Amino acid sequence: MRLPITAWASITHRASGVFIFVGMAVFLWALDASLRSPESYASLQECLTSPLAKFVIWAVLAGVIYHSLAGVKHLIMDFGIGESMPGGVLGARLVIGLSAVLIVLAGVWIW
Amino acid sequence: MVTAVTSFGRSGLSDWLVQRVSGVILLAYFLFMGYAVATGGDYASWKALFAQTWVKVFSLMALLSLAAHAWIGLWSVLTDYLTERLMGTTGNVLRITLQILIVLVLFVYVVWGVQILWGY
Ligand code: HEM
Ligand code: HEM
Repeated sequence: MRLPITAWASITHRASGVFIFVGMAVFLWALDASLRSPESYASLQECLTSPLAKFVIWAVLAGVIYHSLAGVKHLIMDFGIGESMPGGVLGARLVIGLSAVLIVLAGVWIW
Repeated sequence: MVTAVTSFGRSGLSDWLVQRVSGVILLAYFLFMGYAVATGGDYASWKALFAQTWVKVFSLMALLSLAAHAWIGLWSVLTDYLTERLMGTTGNVLRITLQILIVLVLFVYVVWGVQILWGY
């Protein structure tokens, strides 16, 4: 689809919000296992060495990173900053660019 | 002012504000968690971190923010796509079914979280 970059930024903010709503179950599960007992903590660490588990964690983190940055952009625009078309395009570019960098960094951290 | 019984705060303006405040709380919590995991040691130190009252309260705040934020956010999404105008009665039935499901999931998240924080 050919859409302006601002439209992409908006629809992905929405999609990432829906996605991380589901993804929070994984985080709660991990938090549960990490605090339940020394045994479950150890098996969580063990489980998180598997590529599949790493990928799931990374995907949810990616969603959180993107949604958060786009969310902060929303807040900045709510204060009346960058509420122009060029401002919106710049904001969208910044959010997408910065997210890409942080998501890659998150991947490096996990692996 | 736009009002609807199905919105969280029964008014668009308070929804808007709650969405922003809860977003900021969630962001603060994610940053805290990122830092905690990155600098985390073993089970004992992890457990000790979560034994502190402020961490429990902060976590609970994040959990309640998640519930409010996701409810309002998903409400916006559902009322945009699953409407009577777009798909007739099916839209209403589908939307209300999903909303009930979302409330149940959020309820489970909160109860589960409280159980994790105070149960172990
Ligand atoms: C990123 C997400 C995941 C997390 C946080 C996670 C966490 C855990 C934890 C904490 C346990 C130990 C449960 C206990 O005994 O208390 C466990 C066990 C297990 N997980 Fe995962 N897991 C994840 C993803 C997966 C995936 C994607 C699979 C496979 C499709 C999987 C397969 C298993 C299996 C088979 C066990 C049982 C291992 C055993 O105790 O013999 N997990 N996981
Ligand atoms: C637990 C994690 C979160 C979930 C499940 C979540 C979910 C959602 C959903 C589903 C929407 C609706 C999107 C739309 O209507 O297009 C939304 C909107 C929003 N989110 Fe989040 N979110 C989370 C965390 C955050 C964080 C950390 C921030 C950071 C500030 C944030 C800021 C926002 C803002 C400002 C909006 C409103 C956008 C608008 O008015 O169109 N959210 N969120």
